[in-house]
Amino acid sequence: MNVLLQHLPVLPVVVPLVTGAVMLLVRERRRRTHGALAITSFTIQLAAAVVLLLLTTDTVRDVWTEGIGVYRIGGWPAPFAIVLVVDRLAAMMVMLSATLGLAAILYSVAHWDRPALPFHALLQFLAMGVNGAFLTGDLFNLYVFFEVLLAASYGLVLRGLGSQRVKTGLNYIAINLASSSLFLIGVALIYGISGTLNMADLTQKVAALEPDDRTILEAGAAVLGVAFLVKAGSWPLNFWLPRTYAIALPPVAAIFAILSKVGIYAVIRVSSLTAGDNITTTILDEILFWVGLGTLLAGIVGMLSARHLSRFIAYSVVISTGLVLGALGLGIETLIAPVLFYIGLSVVTTGTFFMLTGMAERARETIVARNAAELTAPAPFFVAYGVADPDPYGIDEEIGTAIPAAMAFLGLIFVFCVMLVAGLPPLPGFVAKFAILAAVLGSPEVAAAPAWLFASAVLLSGLATVITTSRIGIRLFWTSAARRVPRLRLLEAAPVALLLLAMFAATAAAPVVMEFLDATAASLQDPQAYVRAVLGGEP
Amino acid sequence: MELVYALATGVLTASGVWLLLRPRTFQVLLGLALLSYATNIFIFGMGRLTLHRPPVIRGDTPVDPSFYADPTPQALVLTAIVIAFATTALFLVVLLALRGLTGTDHVDGREPDA
Repeated sequence: MNVLLQHLPVLPVVVPLVTGAVMLLVRERRRRTHGALAITSFTIQLAAAVVLLLLTTDTVRDVWTEGIGVYRIGGWPAPFAIVLVVDRLAAMMVMLSATLGLAAILYSVAHWDRPALPFHALLQFLAMGVNGAFLTGDLFNLYVFFEVLLAASYGLVLRGLGSQRVKTGLNYIAINLASSSLFLIGVALIYGISGTLNMADLTQKVAALEPDDRTILEAGAAVLGVAFLVKAGSWPLNFWLPRTYAIALPPVAAIFAILSKVGIYAVIRVSSLTAGDNITTTILDEILFWVGLGTLLAGIVGMLSARHLSRFIAYSVVISTGLVLGALGLGIETLIAPVLFYIGLSVVTTGTFFMLTGMAERARETIVARNAAELTAPAPFFVAYGVADPDPYGIDEEIGTAIPAAMAFLGLIFVFCVMLVAGLPPLPGFVAKFAILAAVLGSPEVAAAPAWLFASAVLLSGLATVITTSRIGIRLFWTSAARRVPRLRLLEAAPVALLLLAMFAATAAAPVVMEFLDATAASLQDPQAYVRAVLGGEP
Repeated sequence: MELVYALATGVLTASGVWLLLRPRTFQVLLGLALLSYATNIFIFGMGRLTLHRPPVIRGDTPVDPSFYADPTPQALVLTAIVIAFATTALFLVVLLALRGLTGTDHVDGREPDA
């Protein structure tokens, strides 16, 4: 038991890695085996994440000092070897990714996972990269995990093929390869001036830097920040995002909901650890604020122009990125906890919404027909390599039982999702946005102009959401042309309903959740506990 | 040595960026490759340029860091090379797929209207 506890922080990385590797050995025809393996893996990850989360809080004492777990890979002392660090923020993000992953897997085994081999294995590697990026305490290791999750996401974007997807996938890969170069340049600059890649060690080294050297460090941090912002999908570096997310298959897009938050997580983590009390952070904050505001406005404009549900959701991802960055840029301490709540909420909402598109759009035969026509078009390349033409829209031979009143169910979920995204009462989306706006407008630290600018942009985004969803909802649910009632499978519907229920549960348990998030925000404000835990009590 | 090194990095980066902005997929691929080369030698340079200094510490000499090159950037470069190589290969596959599906090597998947 002690051994398990000791190695618990590395489980969310190792379990998907091993599962993915094992899957490569299983024939791709054996979809049930793949599905069972995937579900087992995500269940273990979720269990590990829950235990990690409990360990970081005060419910379980005396295991980790100050609620921060450090896993030294190979047992080497901290600044020299790579460490995995579990603090509240990391544990929370791992928990989110595991929850979303489990839901997406359950959803996809209904019929989205044919052929099984690349899909399930890639999803495991993606989960490994995401969890690793959340847990690692080393900048270069962060780069490696980013590459792992990106490599898996390249494969997942292309899933379903068709010239549209391949074209979008090509652009997506090019953008990410270029931004990976920026990432490396930023890391190299920081290493060159501080001599360390360990984030905790960096916190100390930054504080001790000469003023002349700070310039190079800030240049490095800025380059690194640009790389993070590309991944987070912030304006003006986000033109790839709506197209990519909209064209990906629903379960893939649902998983991608967490990817942009990995970029945001990296921004939060690195800025928390390297900040310290100095004037440069306020300049960086200001840039972040304007970038966030630009992202919000770009998202609003894009959202109003969206004609398809998946496009609309993709733009809602952009808006949530803008909201988070703008809020972080305001630099108010009381704002961090509501922002973290909003991040969690928006990940789950977006994931649920993307899953809904898969079921709702199936009602429109025209779209199915269009995709089918594209898929049956000759693709000599794949024939040449002996890859079976994937048929994601195959409706026959589904697993599980059909649920009754499909349209009513879909409509209900749709309305819930819209209310969550738009932030309408009484759903948790309202609580999150209200908390953010209350903190922004009630804080004496912020000048009135940026606060009101930000608040009106947030409210405007809610309005844009309602307008667009009314239009799309009418087209999707009320126009009778070319529509038939889709046959929903319990396996598809259950994860969607469960995710929504989980969100209501989180809202019902708001005092507990907010207490946890307040503690998280406090630990981000004061990274000394993190440094102490990683460097093992050294001054 | 520093000047030559810096110039080489700069030329590689500039060529890479220029090629990256070109409309043909193969040019983009070469641009990404050049960018990754530039990044790699930049990382290497961040370990300071030194001559005649081994990166591996020998047991029979006194351990004075100034006699040794910094081994960490060299290890980082190795990792970065492998990753860049793999992702470039992956990009190549997608490039060929796009060529097969659309019959053109334009990044938009169709020729611009003349």
